[in-house]
Amino acid sequence: MPDYSWPDAEHRTLIGKRISRVDAPVKVSGRAKYTYDYHAPNMLFGKVLRSPYAKAKIVSIDTSAAEKLPGVKAVEIIQKPGTTAQWAGDEIVAVAAVDEPTAEDAVRLINVKYQPMSYLVSDAEPPAGAGEAAGPMSADDIDDAVSNQMPDAQLTQYLKQHGVTFKVDDDFLNDMKGEGASESVLAAIRQAPYRDVKGGAHSAYQKTATQTNGDPDKAFAEADVVSEGLYGAPVIVHCCLEPHGSVSEWTDKDHLFTHISTQNVSGIAAQMAEPLGVSAANIRVHQDHVGGGFGSKFAADRWDIAAARLSKKAGGRPVRIMLERDSELEVAGARPSANARVKVAAKKDGTITGWQSQSWGTGGPGGGGMPPIPYVFNIPNQRKEHTAIRNNIGPARAWRAPSHPQAAIISMGALDDLAAKLNMDPLDLWLKNLEITGPRHDVYREELAVAADLMGWKEKWRPRGQNVSGSIARGLGLSIHTWGGRGHASDCDLTIHPDGSVDIKMGTQDLGTGTRTTIVIVAAETLGIPIEAINLYIGDTLYPPSGGSGGSTTPGGVSSSTRRAAVDAREALFAKVAPALSAQPADLECVNSTVRVKSDPSRSLNWKQACSKIGAMPLTIRGKNPDKSKLPDLTNSGVGGVGMADVEVDIETGIVKIKKMVSVQDCGLIIDLKTAESSCYGALTMGISYALFEEKVMDQATGRMLNPNMEFYRLAGLNDIPELVVHMMTGKGYDERGVIGLGEPPVISPGAAIANAVANAIGARVSFLPITPDKVLAALGQRSTAQKAGAS
Amino acid sequence: MPDHDPRSDDPIAKAEESSGVSRRDFLKISTISAAAVPILGTKVVHAAGEPVKVYGPGKVPVELIINGQKHTLHLEPRVTLLDALRDQLDITGAKRVCDRAECGACTVLMDNRVVYACSVLAIEAQGKAITTVESLMQGETLHPIQQAFVDNDASQCGFCTPGFVVAFKAFLDQHPHASPEEIRHGLSGNLCRCGTYHGIHLAIAQMAQKGA
Repeated sequence: MPDYSWPDAEHRTLIGKRISRVDAPVKVSGRAKYTYDYHAPNMLFGKVLRSPYAKAKIVSIDTSAAEKLPGVKAVEIIQKPGTTAQWAGDEIVAVAAVDEPTAEDAVRLINVKYQPMSYLVSDAEPPAGAGEAAGPMSADDIDDAVSNQMPDAQLTQYLKQHGVTFKVDDDFLNDMKGEGASESVLAAIRQAPYRDVKGGAHSAYQKTATQTNGDPDKAFAEADVVSEGLYGAPVIVHCCLEPHGSVSEWTDKDHLFTHISTQNVSGIAAQMAEPLGVSAANIRVHQDHVGGGFGSKFAADRWDIAAARLSKKAGGRPVRIMLERDSELEVAGARPSANARVKVAAKKDGTITGWQSQSWGTGGPGGGGMPPIPYVFNIPNQRKEHTAIRNNIGPARAWRAPSHPQAAIISMGALDDLAAKLNMDPLDLWLKNLEITGPRHDVYREELAVAADLMGWKEKWRPRGQNVSGSIARGLGLSIHTWGGRGHASDCDLTIHPDGSVDIKMGTQDLGTGTRTTIVIVAAETLGIPIEAINLYIGDTLYPPSGGSGGSTTPGGVSSSTRRAAVDAREALFAKVAPALSAQPADLECVNSTVRVKSDPSRSLNWKQACSKIGAMPLTIRGKNPDKSKLPDLTNSGVGGVGMADVEVDIETGIVKIKKMVSVQDCGLIIDLKTAESSCYGALTMGISYALFEEKVMDQATGRMLNPNMEFYRLAGLNDIPELVVHMMTGKGYDERGVIGLGEPPVISPGAAIANAVANAIGARVSFLPITPDKVLAALGQRSTAQKAGAS
Repeated sequence: MPDHDPRSDDPIAKAEESSGVSRRDFLKISTISAAAVPILGTKVVHAAGEPVKVYGPGKVPVELIINGQKHTLHLEPRVTLLDALRDQLDITGAKRVCDRAECGACTVLMDNRVVYACSVLAIEAQGKAITTVESLMQGETLHPIQQAFVDNDASQCGFCTPGFVVAFKAFLDQHPHASPEEIRHGLSGNLCRCGTYHGIHLAIAQMAQKGA
């Protein structure tokens, strides 16, 4: 069997080098075509009428005036009278017209009568005892419990006692198995009694099961030191610069062609098929470039279905619906909030012995789950209770490293406060307790040493509030994080043509993460030809399917399928070429665009000559991931990383200025060092942005988002970004693990590191992100009040 | 309009906040009071004792000079320069993101001045030389600023990139010896979501070195 394993360091010519992303030239020149740029001939412009109320019953809809407006070609009611809009911005009616101004006018002519209902958009701490009593578990509840590693005994007992709200099927069991549910938990899910709760009145507050590990009461009673604090991260939004949306056209009465802005090219047709009443095989999906996704673009959304239906009503003419900026921020995805009151118990020497938390947060109508706290550190004695708030802010979507940044902000903040109470350098507290982080503790130890060195931690660090010069307080903070990875399913067709040209077809997408670059590097490395010699086609359902880009699974998936295809294609080529070189196929190698005999390189054919031996027809090979028949597994799961921040706080104005950030990250074998580092630089930047500026501000009086624009939903700008230092862990101990994705991990720690650095600088904890000047001044005020009280 | 940060003193956003007048309506009003320029398809009315040109209602002929080429379009007066470029002429390098002069993704040059194309009406752009990112390459050769973006991986998803490139070029044209800090300030009217600022800082350093 051919050797599919990754070449070792001495035999790599491209893998692991710094190579410029291959689609950079089309992007910098404005030639890259995004979904929003696709302008089909005869295209109609779609607009959506949205609910102005956070919750309202739709009483009646009158579209007659809109339909009569010249230029209007189709009207589609998305939610019929009698249904209830669940958040402001919820879609009610869509129209398609010959141009955008006409479509806007048409929307204004639609008359909808609503019956406003009471709503909740706040995610403030639930009143004591507000949580609904424990009931049967929904699929989401079980998913949360499994991903939060609820102890098996507890989860099986709960399922036995309370049952489930849905019919359990094999797909669900397989999903849970994939998330690490044990056989006993899977059996408990299968046997859990079905309890119908449909129609039952739900409180906005749902208490998830209390989780207890070990003996927290004893741990707190015996602790030398107990640290208490309040920590939280608000709802933030994805704010993709290219909004969500699509252009759909019926090329005949049974065939739909959709251009869509998505992270999930191969998964869209199946989602559109059922609502449109057409088979998935009749739907073609295409996308060349996508202007940001960050976890919010896996679905064919309601507006995408509406565009396809409008097109049908308009005789198949293409209909474009791309969201306006306010809708993009209001309805197209948000990261759930997570807040917690935390108590941590420890011995005098810094050994952490206990954790107790009451947490709450919202992911919109679904409520959401508990973030994985305590994060990374498996503290031995725990009691955790979480209240999910179901409210009317609009639905949550995955946001880079779902739940992990919030978990880091809560957990790393609590441990940082503990360090301060112990008069310890937090770096020493982290090092002291690394054993309880599990199997990767040596990686963390190595990474913390590198990060501390790059930050100059030991030279710069001072105890809290003791590095003040004039009005400027300086501080350092740190956080560590983890993520899974692995590679998603991916099929790759690699073709070598008789004239020597090579193409690759794969139904994947490049979110700006460097997916294209990864694929061509792997193929070029394997075939011994330059990356420019590979023609790469992605972003279409005409090509073999490849997974959605989520959970840092794309690099593992596409590199593995490409490697297998390229190795097999190379072997097939060798078989054709061997007679011409009077050699056995196994004696050949591809190097520098030459096929030659390993033992006698003078016996060679250049690439073009070699490929002419293929015959008249091109040679196409399908590579797959996973593929148990073609071992080894070329990907892996489980990474660690460190984030450190150095900040300055003006204690007169409360303004935080980041001076330096450090990111140290492992991700197995790196295919392209340049784009890998860019992922970390980008993650540090997004971290600064969500730590200091970002919040979806909801107004309980009107039920609406107050800042659905880019002036008041503030993103970090060029001048907010200081010196960024990125170090990728490579070489022995890392490379041989195989390829692991990088989209999630480095974005987890920056926010927690910044929050801790601010606490170190000003000697007080700003509990809730974003760390805005008013909150800094309030924290300073509380600190001086406490100090005065302490002095008197 | 200042070339450093048009966000900070955007009269349109301010007026919209205080008056409740929509942006497009405001653009219409402000255009009515603008100085007369030779434009097609208008009529003159007297308002407050002044002769003013009025466009529409309905579509009017609009003549635009884009990257040296003349285009005649029929547009409603409320159509922005950005939408005219993208939806009528298929010139899509300038992106529609915030659509209200906050992010810079639609940056183009109008008579060599940086403007946000989302906040200029097409009728206002008549008679002016409009330059878009599409004109920067010489044949198949990237402009040095574009090359600096490629070299330093200053684009990820790339949706903000054309706006940054155009703003960068305009700033350097006007301040050929600018320091990196001055260039950063000059580009602070543009926003990125993926977090490519580190790469842009490096691209700035590369260009500043050339200019020095």
